[in-house]
Amino acid sequence: MDLLEPIIKIAVVLGALLTASAIVVLFDRKFSAYIQNRYGPNRVGPGGWMQSIADVVKLVMKEDIVPKAANRFVHDLAPMISITVALTTFAVIPFGDTIPLFGKEYNLIIADVNVGILYILAMTGMGVYGLTLAGWSSNNKYSLFGGLRSSAQLISYELSMGLSLIGVIMIAGTLQIDDIVRSQTGYWFGWIPQWNVISQPIGFITFFVASFAETNRLPFDLPEAEPELVGGYHTEYSGMKFGLFFLSEYANMIVSSALITALFLGGWHLPFAETWGLDPLVLALLKIGAFMFKMFIIISFYVVIRWTLPRFRYDQLMNLGWKVMLPVSIANVLATGVVMLWLTR
Amino acid sequence: MSSNDKMIRTKDLTFLEKIYLPEIVKGLFLTVRQMFKPKVTVQYPEERFEPPAQFRGRPVLVHENGVERCVACGLCSRVCPALAIEVQAAETPLDKERYPEKFEINMIRCIFCGFCEEVCPEEAIIMSNEYLLVFQSQEEAVFGKDKLLKSAEEMRPRLEFLRDHR
Repeated sequence: MDLLEPIIKIAVVLGALLTASAIVVLFDRKFSAYIQNRYGPNRVGPGGWMQSIADVVKLVMKEDIVPKAANRFVHDLAPMISITVALTTFAVIPFGDTIPLFGKEYNLIIADVNVGILYILAMTGMGVYGLTLAGWSSNNKYSLFGGLRSSAQLISYELSMGLSLIGVIMIAGTLQIDDIVRSQTGYWFGWIPQWNVISQPIGFITFFVASFAETNRLPFDLPEAEPELVGGYHTEYSGMKFGLFFLSEYANMIVSSALITALFLGGWHLPFAETWGLDPLVLALLKIGAFMFKMFIIISFYVVIRWTLPRFRYDQLMNLGWKVMLPVSIANVLATGVVMLWLTR
Repeated sequence: MSSNDKMIRTKDLTFLEKIYLPEIVKGLFLTVRQMFKPKVTVQYPEERFEPPAQFRGRPVLVHENGVERCVACGLCSRVCPALAIEVQAAETPLDKERYPEKFEINMIRCIFCGFCEEVCPEEAIIMSNEYLLVFQSQEEAVFGKDKLLKSAEEMRPRLEFLRDHR
C-alpha cells in the first residue's frame, strides 16, 4: 500500500505533464500566430486544438534516420537523457496544498525531498548532456556547434541561477520546496502576500532570465539558432527522436515555470482563500487551479518575450552571464543577508 | 581622435535605459498590442483572394459579341519568351480580314510575363485575374480558343486599367 500512493501520483503527474506539453506547444503556436497577426493552426479539430495530436501521430509514423557517420548508441541515448531530465525534475515540485481524499490527507508532491532545490539544480544541469551528446554524436558541424553552445551557455548561467536562489533559501531557511512554498503563505501588514517575488525582486529577475537560458528559449536559444545552425543539436534527428527533444523543450518550459511559481510566486498559495470558509476539498482544488494559473502566466510571458527580444550573440550572452548576472546575484545574496541580520537584531 | 572617428552617439544612455528592463517591458507591451489587431490571413479554400486589375493572371483572348478581336498577326507568338503561344491564321469575310483559326497557349510553358499583352496591337490578348490553374495531364494544359475566349464586358476592369496605365 505504501508503494501505491507514489505510483498513482507519478502516473497522474506524468500524464498531466505530457498532456500539458502538447497543450503548451499548441498554445505557443497560437499565441505566436496572434502576435504576428495570423490565426495559427486552426484546421485540426475545433479551433485547431487537436493539432498537437496530429503532429505526434505524424512524428511517430515517420522514418527514423540516423546519419551514416553518427555514433548510433549516443545518438539514441541523447533524446532519452533530455526527456528523462525534463520529466523527473517535476517530482519535487509541490503543485498543491494537502488534499483530503477518502478520509486521508495527501501531499500533492511526488517526492518531498529535503534537498529539493539541490535536486532541481542537479537535474536541470544534467539536461545539457542530452543536447551536447546529441550535437556530438550526429557528426555534423552545425550539430556540434549547437551542442557546444548549449554547454557554454549552461556554464554561464548555472552559477547565477543557483546564487539567485540563495536569497530564497535564506528567507525560508530550508531547501525543501514544499516548506519554501509554505513560508510564503503569510501576509505582511495583513494584506500583502509574503511571496518571494516581493521580498526578492532581484533574485526573481535573475532566476527568470537564467531559466530562459536553461530552457533554450529565445532570446537564449543559441543551441538551436535556426538561421545560423540549421537546427543546432537536433539537425540530424527525425521522427519521434526529434519529437522527444521537442517535447522535452516544452516540458522544460513547464517545469521551469512551475519552479518559478513555487519559489517566487507563492506556489499554490491563493491569497485570502483561507478566509472564504470553503470546503477543504474545494479549497485544495482551487489551490491547484491557482498554481496552474500562475504557471500559465509565466508561460505566456515566455512566449511574449520570445517575439519581443532578438537572439543574443554568443559574446553578449557570455557578457550578460558573467559580468552582469553573476555580480548582481552575489550582491543580492549579500543584501539579503544584511537586511535579515538587521531585522533580527 | 583621428579624423575617421565620428561621434555617433549624441548622448549617453540613462541608468534606466542601461539596465534595459524598462525598455524590455515597453517592448513587451508593443508585442501584446499586436495580438488585438485584425488578422491578415486569407483562409484559402473558404475565402478567395480577389486580385485587382493590375494582377497578371492567365492570358485570355478578348471577344466582342462572339467575334475575337485577334487578327492573327502572330506578334504574341513571336515575342513569347517561353514559346508558349501557337497561332494559325485564316481568312474571314469580316472587316478585319484575318482571324486565328487555331490559338493555343501551353499553360505549362507560360511564365505570366505579359509580353503578349504589351505587344498586341488590338488589345486582343490580355492578362486576366485568374490564378487557379489545375491540370491532370499535359494535353489538358494546352488551352485552345474554347478556354481562352472571354467577353470584353467581362474583362472590362483590365481593359480600363490598360487604357489608363499603358
